[in-house]
Amino acid sequence: MRELTYAQAISEATVQCMAADPSVFVAGQNVDDEKGTHGTTREAFEAFGPSRVIDVPNAENAFAGIALGTAAAGMRPLVVHTRADFMLLAMDSVINLASKWRYVYGDPAGVPLVMRGVVGRGWGQGATHSQSLQSVFGHFPGLRVATPATPADAKGLIISALQGRDPVVLLENRGLYSLKGEVPEEAVPVPFGRGRVARRGDDVTIVAASLMAHEAERAADLLADVGVSAEVLDPRSVRPLDGGLIMSSVARTGHLVVADTSWAPFGFSAEVAAIVAENVPGALRSPVVRVTPPDCPAPVSFPLEEAFHPDAERIARACLTALRLDASEFRTPRPITAGFSGPF
Amino acid sequence: MTPLMRMLREMVRIRTVETALAELYRDKQEMRTPTHFSVGQEATAVGVCSALRPDDRVYSGHRSHAPYLAKGGDLHAMVAELHGKRTGCAGGRGGSMHLIDPKVGFMAASILGETIAVGTGTAWASVMRGSDEVTAVFFGDGAAEEGVFHESLNFAALHNLPVLLVCENNGYSITSPLTARQPRGTTVWERARGYGVSSALVDGNDVEAVHDAAVEAVRLCRRGRGPYLLELTTRRLLEHVGPHPDRDAEHGAETDVRTRSCPVVRASNALRSADLGCESPDRVVDRWRQEAEQEVRLAVEAARAAPFPSTSTLLDGVHHS
Ligand SMILES: Cc1ncc(C[n+]2csc(CCOP(=O)(O)OP(=O)(O)O)c2C)c(N)n1
Repeated sequence: MRELTYAQAISEATVQCMAADPSVFVAGQNVDDEKGTHGTTREAFEAFGPSRVIDVPNAENAFAGIALGTAAAGMRPLVVHTRADFMLLAMDSVINLASKWRYVYGDPAGVPLVMRGVVGRGWGQGATHSQSLQSVFGHFPGLRVATPATPADAKGLIISALQGRDPVVLLENRGLYSLKGEVPEEAVPVPFGRGRVARRGDDVTIVAASLMAHEAERAADLLADVGVSAEVLDPRSVRPLDGGLIMSSVARTGHLVVADTSWAPFGFSAEVAAIVAENVPGALRSPVVRVTPPDCPAPVSFPLEEAFHPDAERIARACLTALRLDASEFRTPRPITAGFSGPF
Repeated sequence: MTPLMRMLREMVRIRTVETALAELYRDKQEMRTPTHFSVGQEATAVGVCSALRPDDRVYSGHRSHAPYLAKGGDLHAMVAELHGKRTGCAGGRGGSMHLIDPKVGFMAASILGETIAVGTGTAWASVMRGSDEVTAVFFGDGAAEEGVFHESLNFAALHNLPVLLVCENNGYSITSPLTARQPRGTTVWERARGYGVSSALVDGNDVEAVHDAAVEAVRLCRRGRGPYLLELTTRRLLEHVGPHPDRDAEHGAETDVRTRSCPVVRASNALRSADLGCESPDRVVDRWRQEAEQEVRLAVEAARAAPFPSTSTLLDGVHHS
């Protein structure tokens, strides 16, 4: 199959959905410029012009409601936020209205408001430009929240979102945009709520979404060197979450490590641990280990930033802890699949 | 020194510091923090801050360096912050968008418009505490689109708060021109009046005009007749974020900008030889530039020599202990 980057896959999905459905439009700050949101919106702008790829004022709060209003009237907005952090300004419409619309109004049409949010990391993105909000959005019934890790899933999940009838939040880690992978040419949706086995293994289950799925695969390489076979599960969407996949893997391996780009308390990693504890409590032969950022905002300073973000080595060590094996000296993991270098 | 000389000297200092930092940012890659340089927007910061008292407060958004320096912020602490060092003004944790210097009442934040509300609250606290301090808030034309701008103006006007809202209109929000974001024929300064906020439109590259307008605005605020909004038209000469020239500046508009609208050039031309004794304006400006070059060189050397914060401090200060 031909390969695309993660950014190209998003771009292709957007163009195909816009061609197939004239009600789809893209809106966001600077979506029409040359850089086109890391190369994800430029092609659509060139194909469909400024009436369907629309630069908007800096007004996240009202704009979430404005987009919602278009969705309530038959349009399919794809709203782009250059940082997921800015979506915190949009919370009222998303949480208090969009997520509840179908249920509270009994409106079977629902509101297909689709929002993309970019998660920054690296080059001192810091406290307000690198937050991963999957747990925040994942908390609310009525929303679908996806965290694609591969180009194929980035394409397929956008397609699902733009063909579905629910409000959707898609979180994209910036480090993934240049990542290459096989992507089907046709517009094939990837369903929400179905996880992906990124790597088969027997000794320990690692659940990791988005960028962390790649770190977990690097961790699995390190573990293979010391004779440990790790299974890596990428949930693809955190709401709905593929509990079945996680439970059956843990039932087999008996050990669970969860890696996340966001904090442990009340987080995605807590939810995964709870699903296992509630449903297959007998399966665990060791306590769950969570690999998450330390419980502090993201600092800018380079060494602090390095220490803040979870990586392959920390995941691998967590697996050894779960297996009660000595934390051996790993070789340096192969370089991160997903990277970002400055100057911003 | 005349007021104009003092302001020009400060503008030359900021221009020199920012230009030097932008070059190092690009070449050395040691400042790993998204940085929005203020090059071209010196007159707004200097003209306004020179109208403030030391105990007045200043907030800014992401484009924070010029207001920080103009308010008297510590250069060494700023340069160390950009390098992520322990000696930085925020301990290396905040970076370029979170500069702070409590000694001079300065703070910056990174989410568009948020300090407009915070500055409004600080001005309210001045009233509550019975002090006559004024708070100035710097923000761009883009931030004026956020709901928080409108809600804050309404509140500030309702309570006659001593807040000076300084809209630095450089015509762009990243790559998006004003015409793509705000209705033609409308302006930020006129919109403010709709809320009952006094306002003025001033050429933001004319430091004396900015200063005079700010003096009047601050006087009104201090007498309980705030708030006041100044819309200052200006132009950034570097790209939105990062060290490279702005594309328009590269494409020919540059000569025009450099010679005619550049705030530093304009203030230099306005210098009267009578004020300078026997020195020529060029010589004086050159000397100031050399002084600033030396100052920033020392700050960079100190920042590079300073230690990074220890990773053992990562969790310090999340809560009051
Ligand atoms: C709420 C929010 N939305 C978007 C951004 C991203 N952003 C940072 S600076 C900027 C442009 C702002 O333009 P303006 O306020 O005019 O200031 P300028 O950069 O021109 O000085 C944008 C969109 C942000 N920081 N916060």
